[in-house]
Amino acid sequence: MKISRKLRFLIIGFPSFIMFLCLLSVLGVEPIHILETTFMAMTPLMLAAVGESINERSGVVNIGLEGIFLITAVTGVYYAEVTGSGLGGILIGGALVGALIGFFFGFISSYGKAVQVIAGMGLNLVGLGLVPFMMMAFWAFPGIHIFDPDLKIGTLNIQIGKEIFRLSPITIFAVAITIFLHILLYRTLIGLRIQAAGERPEALDVAGINVNLTRVLASTLCGSLTGIGGAFMPLGWFGGLVKEITAGRGFIALAAAVFSGLDPILAAVSSFIFGFSEGLAFTIMITPTIKEVIPHYFINMIPYIVTIIALAIVGSKRFPKALGKPYIRE
Amino acid sequence: MLGTFSKLKKPILETLIAILIGFIGGAVLMIIFRYDPITAYVALFQGTLLSVDGIFESLANAVPLMLTGLTFAIGVRSGYFNVGAEGQAYIGAMGAVVLAGSISLPPGIHVLATTLFAMIVGALWSLPVSALKAWRGVHEVVSTIMLNWIALYLVRYLIEYYYYEPGRAERALPALPTARYDVIGASLTTFIFVAIGFIVLTYFILWRTTLGYELRLTGSNPEAARYVGVNYVKIVFLNFFIGGLAAGLAGASQVIGRPPAWTIYKTLGNVINLGFNGIGVALIGRNHPFGIIFSSIFLGILLYGSRFMQYLGVDPDLTVAINGIIVLSLSLPELYSIIRKHIVGGR
Repeated sequence: MKISRKLRFLIIGFPSFIMFLCLLSVLGVEPIHILETTFMAMTPLMLAAVGESINERSGVVNIGLEGIFLITAVTGVYYAEVTGSGLGGILIGGALVGALIGFFFGFISSYGKAVQVIAGMGLNLVGLGLVPFMMMAFWAFPGIHIFDPDLKIGTLNIQIGKEIFRLSPITIFAVAITIFLHILLYRTLIGLRIQAAGERPEALDVAGINVNLTRVLASTLCGSLTGIGGAFMPLGWFGGLVKEITAGRGFIALAAAVFSGLDPILAAVSSFIFGFSEGLAFTIMITPTIKEVIPHYFINMIPYIVTIIALAIVGSKRFPKALGKPYIRE
Repeated sequence: MLGTFSKLKKPILETLIAILIGFIGGAVLMIIFRYDPITAYVALFQGTLLSVDGIFESLANAVPLMLTGLTFAIGVRSGYFNVGAEGQAYIGAMGAVVLAGSISLPPGIHVLATTLFAMIVGALWSLPVSALKAWRGVHEVVSTIMLNWIALYLVRYLIEYYYYEPGRAERALPALPTARYDVIGASLTTFIFVAIGFIVLTYFILWRTTLGYELRLTGSNPEAARYVGVNYVKIVFLNFFIGGLAAGLAGASQVIGRPPAWTIYKTLGNVINLGFNGIGVALIGRNHPFGIIFSSIFLGILLYGSRFMQYLGVDPDLTVAINGIIVLSLSLPELYSIIRKHIVGGR
């Protein structure tokens, strides 16, 4: 039943998506450019949304994704410069720093019994303040930093007709990890334990599995994936760093996780939809016939409006019973 | 009196511990990045507390924060996590620019009309959040943040296309003299009395009316509220609407109550982060209207003092991070008892 619904979604969704692209190309928008930007924009969203899905399944809700994005965007660039390679930045400044933040968040949420939404918002505030502070401390220049273009992660260039389609290897990684985590969550014992930690933590405890540890590990994984997404933004996509680089994407990723009812594959699909809204916005902004008519401010609003509309259509979903509640043994 | 004190002792101590952790966290960050935390903190407090102007400036910084803090606090009291003060403050500031900068009205009426208009547009910006929450179950954190970004672009558009100051396109039309509040000293204006008045009014609504009781009951015990027949949709709309009024007023304070600019910049530099810092203000003030007045003054001191740290090379936004660390500490309910057990060694 579950698979058939997803299939139906694809059968209706894919052709209408192609038709939409054709319509846009009639208007003078380049479909290849849209797709390229869509995949770029989708990548950080997908990593964070899939991570958050696993995290929330285990009972920990982290609304501090934006904060992790912010911090790892800066540390990613910093470690890329230290190690002299973009990949080094993604791994140390992104995955490792993100994992540490995720571990910390999971630790205070489970063992510290923190009120998770408040802790998450605290994390966002820390990120908001740390970014300009760290940028000033690292590069002694406020708010903007341009790094050596050689540090940018290379792309795979695929020839489609006359056009070249650039695909980041991190995007492929994001899709692969989504499939891996989907199988892990639904088909393995570890996945079952993660689900039990969110649904019936007392049952998991009785079975002799450490509930808090399960949650800390899920949160660490979420932090690590979100960190890769954060470091990807400057290193794999924009090629520069400004202090507003994340532009609320942490919350769009949160929306993607909520939107999909915490199912990794669906979270990835929603990330694609939200990424597409960004790809569309970026492409329209540079399309000659449109950019003179519509002020770019309105085009910039598209991803946020799409997110709101998408959530309004889907409405509320069912969430794990113990979501956001610290586990206390009785 | 003694009874009240012993009841307040634990929350006050908890808050002080959180603030202390915030400062220690800030110091650790400064040490990591090779700044001298002691000189920085000394500069911060010397600049703010040892001069009359410094105190006035700190209070001026506190004015919008007590209002955005109130927005978040009303949300928490009603059981919602309203982080929309940021965008509603942008919209309120824009509303104030429209009425104060581009329309002339008789003195007195102009100030009043601008204040009310800014509050109402701020509150109107909260309506989509309430509607999505009440009828579609959309989580308010996501919808408010999305609306914050939409508000940012909308206000920048309005300034660039319609309400820029001729000759100074980087900012919006300044408020006409008839729309300005009187200056008390430095950049503090009589707007502070409006802000405190609004907070007192909110206190009366929340603690002295049936409506306020219903709001608080929904926040503290949603099942009981449903059982006694509290109208859920009404509560959702009401709490976000009052929050929006407060946030709109916070935005207006930067336009009609804040010299020397009397307006907003196209970057929104003097409105940005007011809403997010308000979250810290609300939590430090224990989500109580009167606590918020004190906590906003505390954060006002930090924010104004951060410019003295800037002379030492420390980015002023470190205060936002310190605020975040305080919020993180306050999210831990057992921090106080852990510290008491393990460090102080009490019973």
